[in-house]
Amino acid sequence: MAAARVEAVLAAAEEREAEKRRSITVEKELELEYDLGNLLALDRNPPAAAALRGAGSRREALLRALARDNTQLLVSRLWELPAERAGGAGGPLVAQLPEPKFPLPREKPPPRPRPPTRWEQFARLKGIRRKRKASLVWDEQAKEWRRRWGYRRAGGDPSRAWLAEVPAGADPEEDQFARLRREKRERVARNELNRLRNLARAHRARSAAPAAPLHPTGHQDRDELRRVARVARVSTASLGRFQPRLPKEPAEPPARGAGKKRRFQPLLGDLAGERSRQLELLRDMGSKRPVLDITRAVNKQLRQEEAEAAAANKGKKQGKRGKRGRRQQRPGRSGKRSGARRQGQGQRQKPAGGAAAGARRKKA
Amino acid sequence: MRPLTEAETRAVFEKLGKYIGENIQLLVDRPDGTYCFRLHRDRVYYLSEKLLKLAASVPRDSLVAPGTCFGKFTKSQKFRLSVTALDFLAPYAKYKVWVKPGSEQSFLYGNHVLKSGLGRITENTAQYQGVVVYSMADVPLGFGVAAKSTQECRKVDPLAIVVFHQADVGEYVRNEDTLT
Repeated sequence: MAAARVEAVLAAAEEREAEKRRSITVEKELELEYDLGNLLALDRNPPAAAALRGAGSRREALLRALARDNTQLLVSRLWELPAERAGGAGGPLVAQLPEPKFPLPREKPPPRPRPPTRWEQFARLKGIRRKRKASLVWDEQAKEWRRRWGYRRAGGDPSRAWLAEVPAGADPEEDQFARLRREKRERVARNELNRLRNLARAHRARSAAPAAPLHPTGHQDRDELRRVARVARVSTASLGRFQPRLPKEPAEPPARGAGKKRRFQPLLGDLAGERSRQLELLRDMGSKRPVLDITRAVNKQLRQEEAEAAAANKGKKQGKRGKRGRRQQRPGRSGKRSGARRQGQGQRQKPAGGAAAGARRKKA
Repeated sequence: MRPLTEAETRAVFEKLGKYIGENIQLLVDRPDGTYCFRLHRDRVYYLSEKLLKLAASVPRDSLVAPGTCFGKFTKSQKFRLSVTALDFLAPYAKYKVWVKPGSEQSFLYGNHVLKSGLGRITENTAQYQGVVVYSMADVPLGFGVAAKSTQECRKVDPLAIVVFHQADVGEYVRNEDTLT
């Protein structure tokens, strides 16, 4: 009997072990394709098509099981990778991923082709093509192959040149070494300048928006034609100052806000005009004030009621009575206040109630 | 120095209107001469045309202050009225507050006006209305904002604030170097 019990316990333990192992082993018809560099696992097994149709809990369960199985396979593969402890003994275990194989698409769009530089334009015009030059040149002096330029170039180090001949027509007092250095500096500077110019041209070409064409297309509306006419007028040597206008064409005022720079009124300009503009602004600002001031109406109402309450409670202590009277009168007062608010909210018609009309008259 | 733009003029007039209401047109349109507002280094100045013509010939770096400074525009383009505008606000003020002699000094040191220091207040002052503060001898001391309307002022306890301090003539001594 004890043996039977022991067997039962052992069987149960083995059942549990098998269960655990089952959960980490997955059976698949086709092996998955792995790209561990991208943490990618591709499953080419066709799923049960019938089960995938329609939305339902069965489909959800199937998809979830599929995901779980594939993730299990990927993670098992990841565990097989060589790993090390990052950050010393107590740090986390870090796997060393191989290089990613799966080609991912571009994140950003490819760069647009840049416009050709001045030399490239000239070369294209003349038909000059690049000659493939060898990178090594035979140096006769050193009797070996040396670079064309750079470290240990053929022809020796130019900075260590100990002889600089005075050319035929040059000034005998001139320092030839200084001249050579100066000319090198100038060459470098010119090269840099041209490089920057090419860059600027490319940048300008890229950021220039495609403007509407200036020739007549037949699909232009009045504003476009007006713009084209203005451009044509201004495209003279004196920038359109002496161009005659048609009999009915209006004279264009100088555009004040044409550039990006902020422009202000002139300091000592038309003071009378400025004054009139300010007065008009004041008039506009003043007219927007609401004709019926609600708070003033409410205050006036409060004042009236307090005066009545004070008159009614003559002889008693004013302060105490006033407070109690105010507290008692509050629910009754709210009706009148909301009435005044409803009156003044949107309508400009003659407001009922003496208080409101009184306030209005007082304000005006 | 340059004239104010539309938006700046609006901001200045709105601020001034809180204290003097529609009397701004008496500042803009004066019978005794043409006066104008100009902006110099974020500060708004009020000056006559004659003075403007003289100030225009001074180089910008050397010019300290043309005319009377009304206030300045802060970094976020809000207009802040300063005490140097008091001379022009006081005669045209709509809502006035008179302060008792005992608490004049407290106000001149930059404190708010309490109910115990309140002498008189114009009738119908709304809450948060701009007010000009006077002493009992009708000398303008500064300006501020009414913390309570006239009605509430009557009921409130003596230590409650009735006028928030905004500017006072004591600033001429306290902030001597930052005023223009």
